[in-house]
Formats: sequence, C-alpha cells, structure tokens
Amino acid sequence: MTLVTAASLLDVRGLRLVRGARAVLDGVDLSVRRGEICALMGLSGSGKTTLLRAAVALEGFDGGTISIEGFERSPGPVPPESRLKDLRRRAGMVFQSHALFEHLTALGNTTLAAVYAHGRSDAEARTRGLALLESLGVGGRASAYPRELSGGEAQRVAIARALAVDPPLLLMDEPTASLDPARRGSLGEVLRSLAAEGRGLLVTTHDADFAKTFADRVVVLAEGRVAEEGPASEVLTDPQHLATKELLRG
Amino acid sequence: MPGIGNRETGIGRSARLRRALSLTGVFAFASLAHAAPEPFRWGGDAEGGAPFVEADPRDPSVVRGMDVEIAGLIAGALGRTPLFVQVAFTSIDASVERGDFVVGLSGVEDLPARRAAHAVTVPYFEFREVLTVRASDRGRFRALSDFRGRRIGTLSGTLAYDLLAAGRAAGGFQVVSYDDDVHPYGDLAEGRLDAVLLDHIIAQRALRHVAGLTIQPDAIASGRYVGVLAKGNAALRDRIDQVLRRAMSDGTLEGILRRWNVWDIAQPKLFSRVLAQRPADGALAPAPAIRPASSAGSRALAYLPALLRAALITLLLSCLAMALAVAAGVVLASGRIYGGPVVRALFTVYVEVVRGTPVLLQLFVLYYGLSSVIRLPAFVAALLGLGLNYAAYESEIYRGALEAVSRAQLEAARTLGLSEWQILRLVRGPQAFRLALAPMTNDFVALLKDSSLVSVITVVELTKQTSIFAANIGSWVLPGALCAALYLLLSLPLSRLARSLERRWSAPS
Repeated sequence: MTLVTAASLLDVRGLRLVRGARAVLDGVDLSVRRGEICALMGLSGSGKTTLLRAAVALEGFDGGTISIEGFERSPGPVPPESRLKDLRRRAGMVFQSHALFEHLTALGNTTLAAVYAHGRSDAEARTRGLALLESLGVGGRASAYPRELSGGEAQRVAIARALAVDPPLLLMDEPTASLDPARRGSLGEVLRSLAAEGRGLLVTTHDADFAKTFADRVVVLAEGRVAEEGPASEVLTDPQHLATKELLRG
Repeated sequence: MPGIGNRETGIGRSARLRRALSLTGVFAFASLAHAAPEPFRWGGDAEGGAPFVEADPRDPSVVRGMDVEIAGLIAGALGRTPLFVQVAFTSIDASVERGDFVVGLSGVEDLPARRAAHAVTVPYFEFREVLTVRASDRGRFRALSDFRGRRIGTLSGTLAYDLLAAGRAAGGFQVVSYDDDVHPYGDLAEGRLDAVLLDHIIAQRALRHVAGLTIQPDAIASGRYVGVLAKGNAALRDRIDQVLRRAMSDGTLEGILRRWNVWDIAQPKLFSRVLAQRPADGALAPAPAIRPASSAGSRALAYLPALLRAALITLLLSCLAMALAVAAGVVLASGRIYGGPVVRALFTVYVEVVRGTPVLLQLFVLYYGLSSVIRLPAFVAALLGLGLNYAAYESEIYRGALEAVSRAQLEAARTLGLSEWQILRLVRGPQAFRLALAPMTNDFVALLKDSSLVSVITVVELTKQTSIFAANIGSWVLPGALCAALYLLLSLPLSRLARSLERRWSAPS
C-alpha cells in the first residue's frame, strides 16, 4: 500500500498515460517523502522513465493527478512553460545521457538557469555553482567542457545543474547504468548525503544491489502498474511479485 | 548589338520576308548537304535584334538582318554557303580569335583596341552616337556637359561606353553600363537614368517601343561597323574587303541597307572614302580615337584603380548581402521549426521557390519586374536579390544545425525552467551556430563569386569591370589574371578567418 503523509514531496495518484492504443502507465500511485531515496524499478518498458518525464511535465498524461509539494497537475497536454515556474523550482531532473549543454563549461551548465530562469545574480549563481561542484567532488573541473569530462564527472555536473536552484525533489533516470561498481558506491554516498539534507529522491535503476544498499524504499513497476513496493531490504530480499523476481534474476 | 526581346516589325516586311525565305533555303541546304566546300562560318548575336541580326519571328531557328545579308553576300562571293554561329556580343572578339567562326558581323564597332588586337575589315556602315533623353528634358540636356551629377546609361564594351568613361571626370556624370541595349531605355523612361548614349540605329529602334523619349539631333560622335577576324587571318580579311568594296560600287550594299531602313546621307560619303583608299592600304584609318592608343601594360595600369574600386564594390555587396542572408535565414529557419502551420507553410514555399529558380531571374524581377511598383536603386536591388536568395540556402543550413542539437539538451533546459525563447537563444542557437559555421563559410565564398551576376542589373563589380577592361584592350589574359588575383585576395583571408573561428569554437579551451 502507498504511504501518504503530509511530508510527501511527490504525490502521484492513479496516473494513467496512454500512447497510441497502449496504456504505458495504468493507474500508478506513488509518493516520495523528504529525506527519502525511493528506487523505481522494473523491467525495460515498464514505464519508469515515462513516469519521471510525466512528473517533470515533459509528457502530458491522461488520468490521475501529479502533485509536487502542493503544485498539482491534472490530466491534459503539457502546460505552457510560463505556468510551470513553480514546478521548476520544486523538482530537478538528471537525464540518463546527462544532456549537458555542450557549449558551456561545467560551471556554465550549473549557473545558466539560475541566472536566466530564476533571476539570481551572476555572482550568487557562480558561488552556489562552485560550491555544488565542490560538494559533489568535481570542483576542479569547473572550467572543463562536457566533452572533456569522464562519464562519472559528467553525471556529477548534471546533478549539480539540477540542484542549482535548490529543488527539494530530485528525479534521476538510470544514474547507475554507465558506472562501474566502485563509482556506483560513491554515487550512492552522494545520494545519501542529498537525502540527509532533506531532499526527496526518486531514482530509476536496474541495479538491485545498489537499490538494496542505498534506497529507503523500492517501487516495482510492471506493465504500467505498481507490482510491489515497500522497504528496500524487504522487497529485494523476499520478492512477492513475479516481476520483482525476474528483476532480481537479471 | 544585343538587345533582349527587341524585335523589328513593320516597313519593308515583304522584302525582308523574301530575303528570309531565301536564306532559310540556304541554311536548309547548308545543314543537309555535307558536300564541299566548307560552309562560311560567321558569328553574331541574335539577341541584338533587328536591323543587325534577329531570329525570324516566323521561324526562330533562322536569323535575318542586315548583318545576315552582308554575311550572305560575302559567303556568296567566296563561293561558300553562310553558316551562322550564335555568340554573345561581348564575346565576339575572343570567339573569333579562338576560331569559333571566321568573321564576326553584328554591329561590331571600329575601335582602336580592336584594330590593334584583331584583323578588321573596311567599314560598311557609319552610325552616329546620339543622346536619348526624356521628352520633357529636351531643352536642358543637349550635350555631355549638361549632365553634371546625372546618370547616363549605355552598353558596355562599346564606343559609347569609352566616350562616356573618358568624359566622366570632366563632365561630372555617372556612367551606368548595361549588358543589353533595351533596358537602358526602359530605365530612362522610368527616371533611373537621365540619358542614354548609343548608336542612332538602336536609339531609333528604342523610341518605337518606349514612349516619352526623344533623340537629341546633334550627334556626340560617329563610328563605323566593321567585320572582325582573327589577327592571323589578314589574307581572308583582304578578300572580304574586296567583296565589300565591290558591293559598295555596284549598289548591292546600298540595297541591303535600304532594305533594313538604315540608308542615310552618311553612307555614300563613307563608301566613297572607303573606295578612295587603295586595297593594298588595308584597313581604313581608325575611327576618331577616344584616347591615344597605348601599350597593353599602360592600359592595364590605367584600369587598375577602376578594378580596385570594383573589387571594393564586390566585397561590400557580398558582406552586406551575407549579413542579410544570415539574418533572414535565422528568421526562416526559426519560423520553420517553431512557427505555426501557416508560417511554416509560407516559409517552406519561400525557400523552395527561391532555391528552385535562377538567381538571375530573381534579380531581373526585383530590378525590372517590380519597377512599376517600387523603383529600387541598382545596388539595393542587387543586395536584396543576393541576400534574399542566399537566405533560403542559409535557412536550410540553420534548420539542419538547430535540429542537430540533441533533444535531451532541450528537455534538460526545459526542466531547468528556461523558456522556449531562452532555450533557442542560450542553448540551441549557440550550438547550431557553431555547426553552421563551416557550410556558412563555403556559402560566403560562393556569394562573393555569385555577386558577379548583379552586372545584369547595371552594378559594375569586379567581373563586369574586368570584362569591360578586356573588351577595351582586346585581350582576356591580363585582365583575367588581375581579376582572379583580386578574387583570391578577397576569398582566401575570408576562408582562413572562418577556419580559425571554427577551430576556436569547435574546441573551446
């Protein structure tokens, strides 16, 4: 059962999203609270990435509601960007490909939106950007361009960029996919420290060990529905649903 | 003399009809029979129209005109059949020298430079250089000295052009050169010019088609039409001279000139002067020289300032046109990516129409076609024509470059709260610009060279100035080399600059 508390940052209710004749998401309930890392798991095509994209209004949806710290959206196409300012301050997103701006340095990537979309001064954005890069262990790469960064460095810069305006909710799409085990561990530590600051994290992953080690809670999606959810230690050691078992076998 | 779309009609039609029919027979025979002797190849420009050489309105594959008949006369006397070779008026000298035909006959003028570089026949017609003005200006524009600060048009590569070029400094007027002899009169009627200086035959013909013009009675100078042969072909030239002399004595030439309504009091005087010369003397003394004939080297030197000025016009025109193309290209590309269906459809039609039609046609439409609605100055029309044409190509480059920026980056920018406009300006645009830089450089160099096309609407840029120069000294060797050197001087630093910009931006340090 879904836990709903007043402290929920992200609250997804009965989310339904149809593409063509297929319901990609078919009545999903999910919530993420402050200070919590929630791992969103499921086989490929189970709708994990789509759920993240709908949450940050890159996709419209067809049923249910999505609420992020009181900013609630109803079914329909993606609203104009001018009506999403409050959402943008509340939720940051880290893409699987990192999607860094190729023409800007690591620091430029972290300060662009703070200055142009959120009205911070150059100096303020720069100070915060440098501090973020420093805290994520890539302070020395501030003036490097994306093509000069390793995969792990690029991911940290992408996290810094998503945190530039200090959103309480951070969504991450497959952050472990391109990392070797050692780097997964250090990524996990970073995520834990972000949660410790009071942020809520929703992280899609295929990596059960990673989820078991670092996530507080696991939600397993199968065929557009929540198949199973609960504390990571329980769900991943004693899976009940066939989808979860398959996931652990892989 | 070339003239686009100008066709003689009217008086003397039946005589000409008979003549045309008989020539049709001759040509048909020439094309069917491969029997010896070899046909007599002569060159002319049918764009010049009547009374020189024109396509027969009833059978455009056949030419007729006084030069056609004179060619027939010469061929007949040599026991050969005439074969017409079409050649652009300004290329007659170069073409005869390289052996495309043996003699050029198409209102070819007797110029000192031509005499120096080629073998020239005795003159067969004397014309007057006359000023044509708007009827309302009849009283105030009578001589070249009346045109201070005014614009006088003429055909490039002619005696009239040389006259105007020589008198430009003293007279304080501007010379506008054309590639054809029809548009100057249209522009005169519309007020783009204040006078046209050309052969009286051409002026009289123009007055039949353009209303509101008048020819000033006092001629500025006189000149003669001759046949031009390759320099090494003096023997044939002497034989042709004999034929022409005989035709002057026995009235055949008079008959031809009368048939084409160009016989006047000056011709018998010319004939008697020619006949008074002994054949062994070769050519008649040249027409009044505009400036003393001098060596090719010193002539080249005299033309250098004009070439440099023309190069500056080429550079200025190319830079401004490219700026326009970039600005309009950005609007077109953005509109096609971000615009609504109507904007997208309109912009797509624009790009396809502009890319699918020749830029030459677009220049003509802008300058001449729209002149009843808006009378653009030549430079502005050239700038708009080239700029708007290249805008279509630039827009396709930008569209491709904009679409090459990854979708994920655009979505990332949205999740950060940037507006669509900010994303274009801060994320998509700067990256696309870098991708577009290399193809843009190529286009700029291409534009620099395409700018030579604007000479068709009277802008004298580098290539045009070179061809005027070449026609004047009767050789393409030196002018061609100078012109190529100037183009390289302009384009090499440009491509070098762009390459270094590209390097700097594609690998920022």
